[in-house]
Amino acid sequence: MTVATVTSSRAKSSASLSHRLAERGISTRLLLLVPAVVFALGLFVYPFLYGLGLTFQPLPATQAQWGGGLFANYVAFFKDAFTFDSVWITMRLALPVALFNVLISVPIAFKLRNRFRGKRTLQALLVLPITLGTVLTAQGLLIFAGRQGWLNRFLIETGIIDQPLQLVNNYLGVMFSLIISGFPFAYLLISSYLSGIDPSLEAAARTLGANWKQRFLRVTLPLLAPGLATTFILTFVLAFSVFPSARLVGDASGETRVLALMAYRSFAEQLDYAMASTIAIMMGVVELIVIAVVFLGRSFLYKGSTGGKG
Amino acid sequence: MSNATLTRPTVVTGPSKTAKPGSRLPPGEKSLVASPGTWFVWAGIAAFFIFLFGIVLSVLVDSLGRPWFNTWLPENFTTAWYQQAWTRFNLTHIMGVTLLVAFSVIIISVVIGVPASYVLARSSFPGKNIVTLLFLLPILIPPITYGIPLATVMYNFGLGRTILAVILVNLVPSVPFVIITMTPFIEQINPAIENAARMCGANTRRVFTKILAPLLIPGILAASILVLVRTVGMFDLTFLVSGPNSDTLVVAIYRAMTAAGGGESRQLISAMGVLYTALMLLILIIALRFINPTQLVAQVKEARED
Repeated sequence: MTVATVTSSRAKSSASLSHRLAERGISTRLLLLVPAVVFALGLFVYPFLYGLGLTFQPLPATQAQWGGGLFANYVAFFKDAFTFDSVWITMRLALPVALFNVLISVPIAFKLRNRFRGKRTLQALLVLPITLGTVLTAQGLLIFAGRQGWLNRFLIETGIIDQPLQLVNNYLGVMFSLIISGFPFAYLLISSYLSGIDPSLEAAARTLGANWKQRFLRVTLPLLAPGLATTFILTFVLAFSVFPSARLVGDASGETRVLALMAYRSFAEQLDYAMASTIAIMMGVVELIVIAVVFLGRSFLYKGSTGGKG
Repeated sequence: MSNATLTRPTVVTGPSKTAKPGSRLPPGEKSLVASPGTWFVWAGIAAFFIFLFGIVLSVLVDSLGRPWFNTWLPENFTTAWYQQAWTRFNLTHIMGVTLLVAFSVIIISVVIGVPASYVLARSSFPGKNIVTLLFLLPILIPPITYGIPLATVMYNFGLGRTILAVILVNLVPSVPFVIITMTPFIEQINPAIENAARMCGANTRRVFTKILAPLLIPGILAASILVLVRTVGMFDLTFLVSGPNSDTLVVAIYRAMTAAGGGESRQLISAMGVLYTALMLLILIIALRFINPTQLVAQVKEARED
C-alpha cells in the first residue's frame, strides 16, 4: 500500500495509469454515474442558469418603468410593492403552518410511540391525505367548510355560532389545506426520529428520579431537536411552494397572493419570462435563507449521534 | 419505578402534581382518568380526522348527489355525474396520459438513478460531494423555482404542451429521489457477494443483472411506488408545461375548477376528484404491501417497548 502511494506520486511508476487512477477512486465504474450527471446538467443546471441569464435581460417595458438597466427585474421585484409584499404573504403563511405542524406532531408522536392496538391502522389513515392531493383537498374544503357545508351547519345547529364562519377563500382555507397535507408528513418524520432515540436513556432518567417534565426537557428534547429542525425545514419547503391551494381555497388576489402564484402569473398570463424567472429565483433565495437560519440554529444544538435515522 | 422514586420529584417540582390521582397508584397500574396531555393528543387527532373524513365524505356525497344545496344530504343519489364527467373531460385520454407519464418516469428514473446510486453507495471519488449536492438540490429547491426556467427552455425548444415535456419535467425531481432512496438499500448489500461474483469472472453488467438486481428488487419497487405517487400527484411542474392534450388528471381537475365563467359544475369536479383519490388509494394499498408507512419518509426500526 505504502509502496503504491509512493510510486503513484512520482511521475514514473511501474503501475499502469488506470491502476493509479483507480486508487484515487476514478475507474470505469464512474461511467455508471454519467447518465445521471448528464441528466442533472441538462434538465436542472442548464435551465437554471438559462433562467438566471434571463433575469438580466429585462423586457423594455420593465426597464422603462423601473430603470436599473440589466438589473431592472430585480429593481422591480424589490420596489414593486405588489410583488414584494408577496414575500411577506408567503412567509406569513408558510412559517406558522410549518411551526404548527411540527409542534402539534411532537406530543402526538410522543403519546403514540408505544405499541397499542390499531397503531398500524392509525398510521395508514395518517398516510391517507397523500392520496388526496392538493386539488382534491381544496375541493373537499370548499364543500365541507363552505358556508353551507357540514361544518358550519353542525356549528349552527348546535348553537355554537349563529352566523356561518368564513373558513374558505381566505387565509384560513389555505392554512387548513396546508395542515391537512403537511401534518401527516411531519408526524411520520418525527415519530421516526423519536423511535431512533434509545428508550433506555429515558428509563435511566426515570430511575434517577426525573419526572416526565424533566425527562422530556433534559433527555428527549435535546436528542430530538436536530430532527425537529429537519422536519421543520421539510414542512416549510412544502408550505412555501404552495400554489394550487392558494388559488383554489385562498384569496388569490389578496391575503394568499403567494410568490409561486406571482411567478406563475408573470409566466403564463403576462408572458414576461424574464420577470417570472426573477420571481422564481428570488423565491428559491428566500427559502434558502430560511433553511440556512434553521441549520445555523441547529448547529448550536446537540451534535452527537441521535440515531435519528434509525 | 417504585412509588418512592415517583413521588419524590413531584414534591420538588410543586403542588400541582400531588393532586394527580395517578401518583397514589401501586406500580404498574395506570390511572383510569386520562391526563390533560392525553386529552390534548386525542382531541388533536380527532379534530384532524373530522376534517379529513369531512373532506373525503363531502366530495364523495357531492359526486353522487343530484341537487344538494341547503340540506344535510342531497335529495337523490345518482352515478350520472361520473358518466358525464368521463365523456365531458375525455377521461379515457387523461387517464391514459397520466399512466403513460407515470410509468415512463418510473422506468427512466430507475434506469438512470439506480446505477448512479450504486456508484454513490460503493465508491468515493474526487468531487463526490458536488455530485451529491447536484442530486440533492432538485429536492430542496421549490418546484416553481426551477420549474419556470425549465418550462421556458421547453417552450423555446418547441416541446411546450407535449407529453414528452411533461415526462421530462417530472424526471427532474424523480431521478434524484430514486438515487437518494436507493443509496441506503445498496449500502445494506454486502460487497463481499459482488467481489465473489467478480472473482468468478462476472463483468459489471453481469454483476448488475445477476447479483444486484435480484437483491435490489424490493428497494426498486419501493422507490418506484413512491415515484408513482409523486408523479401522479405532481401538480406544479406538470401544470407549467402541459396543454389540453398532455394534461394529467390533477392538472385537468385544476383546470376544470378554475375554468373561466364560474368553472364547471361542482359535481363533475367532485366526480373527477373521487376518481383521482381512488387511483391514488389503489396505488397506496399496493404500496403498503411492500413498505411500512414510516419508511415513506425514513427507514426506521420498530420502537422498543419500555
